Amino acid sequence: MADMKIGAYICQGCGIGDRVDTAQLASVAKREGKAAIAKEHEFLCNAEGVKMIQDDIANEGVNHVVIAACSRRAKTEAFSFDGVCISRANLREGVIWVRPDTDEARETTQEMADDYVRMACAETKYQKMPEASGEQGLTRHLLIVGGGISGMTAALEAAKTGYKVDLVEKTGKLGGVAAEMFKKYPDKAPYNVLADNTTSAMIEAVNANGNITVHLNTSVTKTEGAPGRFTVSLATESGASKDVVVGAIIQATGFTQYDMGKLPELGGGKSPDVMDQLAFEKMVKANGGAIKKADGSEAKNVVFVQCAGQRSEQPGHLPYCSGHCCMTSIKQARYVKEAGGDATVIFDDLRTPGADGEDVYRGGQEAGVAFSKGKVSSVEAAGKGLKVNYTDKILAEDSTIDADIVVLATGMVPNSGPNPYVKLDLEMAEKDGNADLVAKLKAEVEKAPPSILNLMYRQGTDVPHLKHGFTDSHFICFPYETRRTGIYTAGPVRRPMDAHQAIEDATGATLKAIQACENAAIGRAAHPRSGDLSFPSFRKEGCTQCKRCTVECPFGAINEDEKGYPQYNEARCRRCGTCMGACPVRVISFENYSVETVGQQLKAVDMPDEFSEKPRLLVLACENDAYPALDMAGMTRQEYSAFARIIPVRCLGSVNTIWITDALNSGYDGVMLMGCQKGDNYQCHFVKGSEIAHIRMSKIDDTLTQLNLEKERVQTYEVSIADIQRIPQIINDMEKLIGEIGMSPFKF
Amino acid sequence: MSDMNQAMVQKYRSNFLKEVEANVEEGTWVKMCMQCGVCSGSCPLGPHWEHPQQELFMMIRAGKREEVLSSSSMWMCTSCYNCIARCPRGLPITHIMHGLASYAKRLGLAPKNQPTSKFGDIFWDSIAKNGRVNELKIGVSLYFMNGFSQGIKNALASRELGMAMMKTKRMSPTEYFGGHKCKDLSGIAKMLKKAKEFEAEHITKFGE
Repeated sequence: MADMKIGAYICQGCGIGDRVDTAQLASVAKREGKAAIAKEHEFLCNAEGVKMIQDDIANEGVNHVVIAACSRRAKTEAFSFDGVCISRANLREGVIWVRPDTDEARETTQEMADDYVRMACAETKYQKMPEASGEQGLTRHLLIVGGGISGMTAALEAAKTGYKVDLVEKTGKLGGVAAEMFKKYPDKAPYNVLADNTTSAMIEAVNANGNITVHLNTSVTKTEGAPGRFTVSLATESGASKDVVVGAIIQATGFTQYDMGKLPELGGGKSPDVMDQLAFEKMVKANGGAIKKADGSEAKNVVFVQCAGQRSEQPGHLPYCSGHCCMTSIKQARYVKEAGGDATVIFDDLRTPGADGEDVYRGGQEAGVAFSKGKVSSVEAAGKGLKVNYTDKILAEDSTIDADIVVLATGMVPNSGPNPYVKLDLEMAEKDGNADLVAKLKAEVEKAPPSILNLMYRQGTDVPHLKHGFTDSHFICFPYETRRTGIYTAGPVRRPMDAHQAIEDATGATLKAIQACENAAIGRAAHPRSGDLSFPSFRKEGCTQCKRCTVECPFGAINEDEKGYPQYNEARCRRCGTCMGACPVRVISFENYSVETVGQQLKAVDMPDEFSEKPRLLVLACENDAYPALDMAGMTRQEYSAFARIIPVRCLGSVNTIWITDALNSGYDGVMLMGCQKGDNYQCHFVKGSEIAHIRMSKIDDTLTQLNLEKERVQTYEVSIADIQRIPQIINDMEKLIGEIGMSPFKF
Repeated sequence: MSDMNQAMVQKYRSNFLKEVEANVEEGTWVKMCMQCGVCSGSCPLGPHWEHPQQELFMMIRAGKREEVLSSSSMWMCTSCYNCIARCPRGLPITHIMHGLASYAKRLGLAPKNQPTSKFGDIFWDSIAKNGRVNELKIGVSLYFMNGFSQGIKNALASRELGMAMMKTKRMSPTEYFGGHKCKDLSGIAKMLKKAKEFEAEHITKFGE
C-alpha cells in the first residue's frame, strides 16, 4: 500500500462518552497513534457515523481505520469497509462495562481507554491488506474414496450441483455393506415396519450419472497438492494408472466388523452358528428370509447378544458404542419372528437413537421379540444347539437360554489409514533416544493398516485419527472438518453410525467439500477462520530451516522443499498462526497478523513507573473462547482489574515467546495466556495450538530466571467460553499476586 | 393344585408370557414394557411390594409362573393410577395388576392370608347376599380375620368409637342379626348371575 493514512474514529455511544473523555482519546490517537484524522461521534455504528468513515476513506485517502467503540466481535457488519485495514479498540465490553462507574475508578478507566486506543493505532500501523496468493484456481471436481452408501450419496449429491466426481472403489462392485442387507429399517414413517433395501437403485443411479466416473478395483497411490489443486494418482488392480486433478477429497471408506474371533467366550469362531450381525444378514438374504443353521436345518430360536466386545474396558475390546447395533438386532430379530421363530435380544442398555429409533424398538416388541436386560457371560455348545448363559440384570440372577443361532453385535472398526502422528512421534522418540517409547511406537507402526490416500504431506500419508481410529477432528464444534483441509471423511470412518446417518453425513461432507473448492479458488480459509484471506509467508533470508513450523502445523499444511525451507500451501492452511508462534527467528507472518502487530501493541501501552502502584498485566486471549468470554464478562458487568491490557490472538499456538520477553522487558508485571482446553478432550479450535503453547510456555522459566523475575509472573490458563465469571477472577487474582510479589523492576 | 391350574400348566408349558397374554386382562401389553422402572418408582406403596411392577413384567417374560401368580405384589395395588399416568409406553399397568390378581385367584394360587384378598371376599359375600353392604358385619369379620383373640383386642381398641357411633345412632347392634337388605333381593341375585355368565364368556373368549 502506498502512503499509510490512519483515521481514528471514537464512539461516544452506549455510555462511552459519559464514562471516558473522548476528546482526550482523539488527541491520544493523533499525537501518539499518529492518526492523520481523529474524530468523535455520538453514535458511530449508525448510518451517519458509518458514512463519516466511508467519506474519509473515499475523499481523504484514509486506508487504515481505527475504530474505538465496542468489541471487535460486535457490529462487524456496520464496521466492514472494503480495501482498508481495520483495527478495533474495545472501549465498551473491554473498558466501561468491566469498570465501576465511580469517581475513584475514573482515572484508571480513562487510562485503560487511552491504552486501547494506542494499541489499536499501533496494530494498524503494521497491518497490510491480505491478498490471496492465487496459487489455485476453481476446480469443480471431487474425488470420493469408497463406493458404499456414504460414497455413493456423496457422489450423487455432488453431481446434482454440477460437480464432476471420480468415485474410487477398492472392490469389484459398488454398494459396500449396505448392499448386503436383506431389509432395512425405514427412513420415513411408519418406522415400526421393515423396509426393502434400496441400495441397488442407488448403484444404478450412480452408474447412470454422467457427472460420475466410477473406478472399480482401484486404489489411490499418490495425492499431492492442496484444496483446489489436488493431483491424485489412481491405480487399478490390473496395473493401469491414471492421474486426476480434483478440488477436494471425500474419504468414505466405511468400517469392518470387529473380529468376533477375539470373543471365544461368546462362542466367536467356535461354532458356525455363532455369527456376527453382517454374517447373519448375509445368511438371511441368501435364504430369502428363511433362518437356517450352518447344517441347513431351520433355526427356531435366535438369541442376539448386544455389546459383544464393545462398550467394554477389557483390553482388545472396543471401548465405544457403535450406535447402530441395537437397531440392527431389533431388525434382525424381526426376520426371525417373520420366519416363525423366537427371538430374544439380551441387552445392557437398549440404545435406539432418534424418535424413529423408539418406534423401531416398539415395532420389535409388537412383533413379539423378547427383550432381556442382562449381561451374557458365555455361549457354549449344548447338544445340537447352543446355550447362552447370562445374568438377568432386572431380576439379579443367573439364567440360561437355549438357542439355535447366536448373533453377536460386535461393533464397528473404522477403515482408516495409518495415523500419521504415530510415525512422526516415532521419529521424535528415536531422535530423543527414548527406547521404551520407540519400541511401543514401532509396534504400533507395524500393525498399522496400509495407507488409503498416500498424501505427499510432510506430516504423513493419511488423515489423523481423533479417537479409536476414527478420523474426526471435533465431534461438537466442527463436524465434518478433519485435520487435513479439503479432505473430508464421511460415514462410519468418521464415527460409528448407521446407513441413515451415513447418508446425512455424506451429504454434509459433500457440501463442505464443495465449499472447500470454492473457498480455495478465492483464497479464503475454512473453519474456524472462515473467509479469512490472510495466509502465512516467510522471509527466506532469515529462515534457518529449523523445521519447527512444518512439524508443529496442526493441519499438515506446510511441506518442505529439498533444502528444508517451508512450503506454505495456502489452501491447506487454517490461518491459526501456530507456525508464526513456533518460529524462533520470527520470519513467519500474516499480512494483518504478525509478530509486529501484537508486539507493537504491547509496547504501545503507557507504562507507569515502579512506584505508581499501577501495575500492568498483559493478557493474550484466544479469540475463539477466551476473548468472547471476556466480552460476555463485560456484558454481564463482571468487574476486573483496570490494570489488565487484553490482546486477542488467533490461537494460543500463535503466541511467539518474543512477546513474553518483550512484555517483561518493557515492564509488565504479569503476563497471562488464555487458551482453550488441551489434551485428549481438547476444545482448541486449531486442535493442537493450545497444547503447543502450553509446552512452549513451560520453557519460559529460563527467560524469567535470566531476567531475575519470579516465575509466577507468567501464567498459562485453559479456559472455556463459559468461564465468564472465572476469567475476571483469574485476572483479579493476578493483580493480587503482583501486589504480593511486588512490581516489576523493568519499567523505564 | 387346582384342575384349572393343572390344565394351564399343560397348555402353555414353559411359555408363561403367552399364558399371560391369553388369560390376563390387558396381558398382551406385558411384552411392550421397556424396563425403565418408572412404574415402580411411581407406586406409593412401592417399597412394600414383594416384586415391583417392573420386576413382575420381567418375571413374566422369564417364565417365573409360580413366583408371579403366588406373589402378594399385585394385591398391594390401590388403583391410584400413578403408574398408568406415567408409563412412557402407555401400558395399562393398574389393570394388568388387577388382571394378574384375578387370574391368580381363579387358579387358586393367590396367597392365602393376604388382607386385600380377604377383604375382597368378605365385601363380596356381604353384598352378594344382602344386595347391600352390612357395615357392622364387615367390620366384625375384619376384626376377627386373624383369629378370635386378635378380634377381641381389635374390638376393645375401637370400643370408644363404637360406643360413640351407637350413641349417635350411626350403628345398631341389631344389624348383626340379619340386618336390613335391599328391596329386590331376587332381582339382585338374577343380575349377579347374569354378570357371572358374562364374565365366564369373557374369560373363555379371552382365553382363545
